[in-house]
Amino acid sequence: MKALDDYALDGNAIGGLLIEVFGTETTTATGTCGSCGAVSQVAELAVYRSALGTVVRCRTCDAVLMAFVQIHGVTCVDLQGLASLA
Amino acid sequence: MAGTAVRGRLTWQSATVGSVTDETHQVRTLLLEVPDWPGHLAGQHVDIRLTADDGYQAERAYSIASAPGEPLAITVERLDDGEVSPYLTEELRPGDSLEVRGPIGGYFVWEPAFGGPLLLLAGGSGVVPLRSMLRCRASAGSSVPARLLYSSRSWEDVIYRAELDGLFDGVEVIHALTRSQPPGWTGYARRVDQQMLAEVAWPVAQQPLAYVCGPTSFVEAVASGLVGLGYPAGRVKTERFGATGQ
Repeated sequence: MKALDDYALDGNAIGGLLIEVFGTETTTATGTCGSCGAVSQVAELAVYRSALGTVVRCRTCDAVLMAFVQIHGVTCVDLQGLASLA
Repeated sequence: MAGTAVRGRLTWQSATVGSVTDETHQVRTLLLEVPDWPGHLAGQHVDIRLTADDGYQAERAYSIASAPGEPLAITVERLDDGEVSPYLTEELRPGDSLEVRGPIGGYFVWEPAFGGPLLLLAGGSGVVPLRSMLRCRASAGSSVPARLLYSSRSWEDVIYRAELDGLFDGVEVIHALTRSQPPGWTGYARRVDQQMLAEVAWPVAQQPLAYVCGPTSFVEAVASGLVGLGYPAGRVKTERFGATGQ
């Protein structure tokens, strides 16, 4: 696992956003990377937030696991990088 | 998800600022009055949302500083280039209102039933959720031994200094001052490193539970240091604040 750079947050920071999207506490859920198969609790994933949106990356291979963008109050969610989220 | 306050949809609520307490020259604690606050666990956070006159909104997560059962309080460090924290620490007055939602988080939480011994490691304002855990431990009458290693720039930058000074009864507080030290300082005068962790951390055989919170670079160094000492990764909980300085 690579060390995160200073601009990275972790999954704790988007606990609120995840409740908004999934309707339940999700930072303790387990995500599996669709690229390398690494398994991690959502709280431990790398999170990058900007005015444009939120990107969640794998700590092992850096692949984008989830992306969230808000447009006119609607949150668009891309989970294609995840093999599973449970 | 044991102990997590799972509820329905998370909604924004209006909170009224109660009292305001200056902790250091750039850190302030805000007591927030939220009608029907459902209560929280030690280590959880809230999201704060500010809306400008033109409709622009900014949202940030802030750790809860108070213990479960106490009124909601957050402690905010002013970041000079911040979008939200200068307003919260300089402009906001008692009686003002802002939007809040929470409590949030099920991972970086501690409850007395989790046991210990507890190893708490804070960089700068990363001490906030750990302070909630220490207050929770005290109010629950827990006898779990707890050790806090707290890295600050200087003695003047130590948040909750008086409160931490007054902690005994199974709690040890160890300070590391990274930039300047008061005259006669005999404590650590450097950043947390592997040797310091080896000196401070509970032996692995005692099955300690560690919580690390602070700037991302601090958390990365400390968490990998603990794993290097033999702590199982699952016993080291982490929360990263990004590049907030330390």
